[in-house]
Amino acid sequence: MRSTARARPDEILFRVGTGVFAVLLISLVAAIAFELWRQSQLSIQQFGWNFWQTDTWDPVSGEFGARPFIWGTLYSSVLALLIATPVALGIAIFISELSPAWLQRPLVFFTELLAAIPSIVYGLWGIFVLVPIIRKLEVATPAALKSLPLFSGPPLGVGMLSAAVVLSIMVVPFTSSIAREVLRAVPQAQREGAYALGATRWEAIRMALFYARTGIVGAVMLGFGRALGETMAVTMVIGNTPQISLSLYAPQYTMAAVLANEFSEAADPLYLNALVEIGMVLFVITLVINVISRAFIWSLGRQTRPRQAKAAAAPAVEPA
Amino acid sequence: MKQLFTVAAAVALAGAGLTGAVQINGAGATFPAPIYTKWFSEYNKLHPEIQINYQPIGSGGGINQITHKTVFFGASDGPMTADQMNAAPGKILHFPTVLGGVVPIYNIPGYSGELQFTGPVLADIYLGKITKWNDPAIAKLNSGVNLPGTDITVVHRAEGSGTTYIWCDFLSKVSPEYKKRVGVATSVNWPVGVAGKGSDGVAALVSQTPGAVGYNELIYAIQNKIKYGSVQNQAGKFLQASLDTVTAAAAAAAKSMPPDFRVSITNAPGDDAYPISSFTWLLLYQNPSDKAQSKTMADFVKWALTDGQKYCKDLGYAPLPQNVVDMELKALATIKTQ
Repeated sequence: MRSTARARPDEILFRVGTGVFAVLLISLVAAIAFELWRQSQLSIQQFGWNFWQTDTWDPVSGEFGARPFIWGTLYSSVLALLIATPVALGIAIFISELSPAWLQRPLVFFTELLAAIPSIVYGLWGIFVLVPIIRKLEVATPAALKSLPLFSGPPLGVGMLSAAVVLSIMVVPFTSSIAREVLRAVPQAQREGAYALGATRWEAIRMALFYARTGIVGAVMLGFGRALGETMAVTMVIGNTPQISLSLYAPQYTMAAVLANEFSEAADPLYLNALVEIGMVLFVITLVINVISRAFIWSLGRQTRPRQAKAAAAPAVEPA
Repeated sequence: MKQLFTVAAAVALAGAGLTGAVQINGAGATFPAPIYTKWFSEYNKLHPEIQINYQPIGSGGGINQITHKTVFFGASDGPMTADQMNAAPGKILHFPTVLGGVVPIYNIPGYSGELQFTGPVLADIYLGKITKWNDPAIAKLNSGVNLPGTDITVVHRAEGSGTTYIWCDFLSKVSPEYKKRVGVATSVNWPVGVAGKGSDGVAALVSQTPGAVGYNELIYAIQNKIKYGSVQNQAGKFLQASLDTVTAAAAAAAKSMPPDFRVSITNAPGDDAYPISSFTWLLLYQNPSDKAQSKTMADFVKWALTDGQKYCKDLGYAPLPQNVVDMELKALATIKTQ
């Protein structure tokens, strides 16, 4: 509420102070972007677009091609999404629509607890618990499946499948919590309308999902953005081999993992610039995905409010 | 950023100077970190006003940091190359401190005994030319062992590591193809294999993957009771790495030690020399600007090379041979301390 009296000095200070922090944060992001750009110039000038089209990563001879990393990042994140989205949506639907009231709080608590577990702990759990299980699974694959490119290769345990499973577990709490909020934002009038028209429980839920579709897409994309940047858990179970392979069993490499592994030892300027270039692209991709996902989530909010206003203003419809 | 650090360091040093304490920062190899930590704490007991901090960030990181002068001393498992030394703003001296070895570890289903390897066989395994455990090349070295037909899963380090440097240094010496295709560095383009993060990552992968082969530092293998194989040395004997065989490798190389100590002792001559051994070096500027820190560090290194060596065996490091220590003390005297 804007006061017509002159603002007190401490209010001005408050406004300016908080404004400074806000601007500081934005300029920090801009500064990071600028530094990443500046420190990757050597590599950009030397390799140009070829950097993203070649596969050889050889620090000894100075040949750097980052295509396997972007492949590994995108492939692992997409796989993680495929596994996590149904699970997260299921959790969100169950908590918001189906579960008894006394169960909601503990379920929410445990789901969010997954988000609090440090990444390295996921990595250690992955390498000591998940990888042996995945290896047994890989060894037990029937021969008919083994001939497919998706399941080819020696059964190592570490590889794309383990990384995708660990990533999906890490992504579930983010997607499910946003999906839950988004489902809760579906107006009660919509649900009551559906039931009034004779919808079953499941049909009403489907209606709610359809209504909240932009928000759910946003939630899924947020999970995608999370999966793209995940480092420690992935590097411990993915096998860290820069190769492009469709096979779930093949060890591969992601952008975040190569940065974590090789950055502190990279003394040669070209090597360092190549790594920073990878970091810059990862930064840009994650930023873009997060912006798009936020836009989707906000657009649901904007879509809901005008409709609620219209519904309140419109007269009740007489049944024919 | 560097200026901020310099200001902060200056304030810290000024604060330290007020109390008479000397604080020195160093960074580098992870391999000698346990013995360095022990040394720094023992030295601090003898000289309570001297505190030396060490960050084990890796050999490459250590070289990087001392070149940029963000730390006073560096530590590396691999000597600096000529290019790296030229890039430094002053002359950097290398001082070998302890010895270590790298051992081949493996996991063969159905066999829990010792395996014998030669350098060329290990190189071929890591080049992807030998792919099964019952390959004739391996069977020939291990007659009487029933090797299964399991595929060999090669495991190596994911991140840059001095252990990788020593391993590749040895394989490049015994296999010209390995030298051409892979080369020697802390981080290389591995032809085959999966990567584990850290020594523990490699050990975990090998212990859980039937048919895997990998490499670890000797001390790591001893402390974690990991089974390792023996390797044939230049004299033709198959030796398991141990404190004695690693020291023998250094003693043999010590006879032809260059004055700057930048020598590789892999594949050393001598009957008892373990072929995959290496020094690890402390890196110091010959003429640093801070003379007080220089004097402190020079005194510390002298102590570490003489009295400090007695702490090595307990931690599993091989102490330096005496003739190397004598040469180093002479080189230490050339550091400008005032």
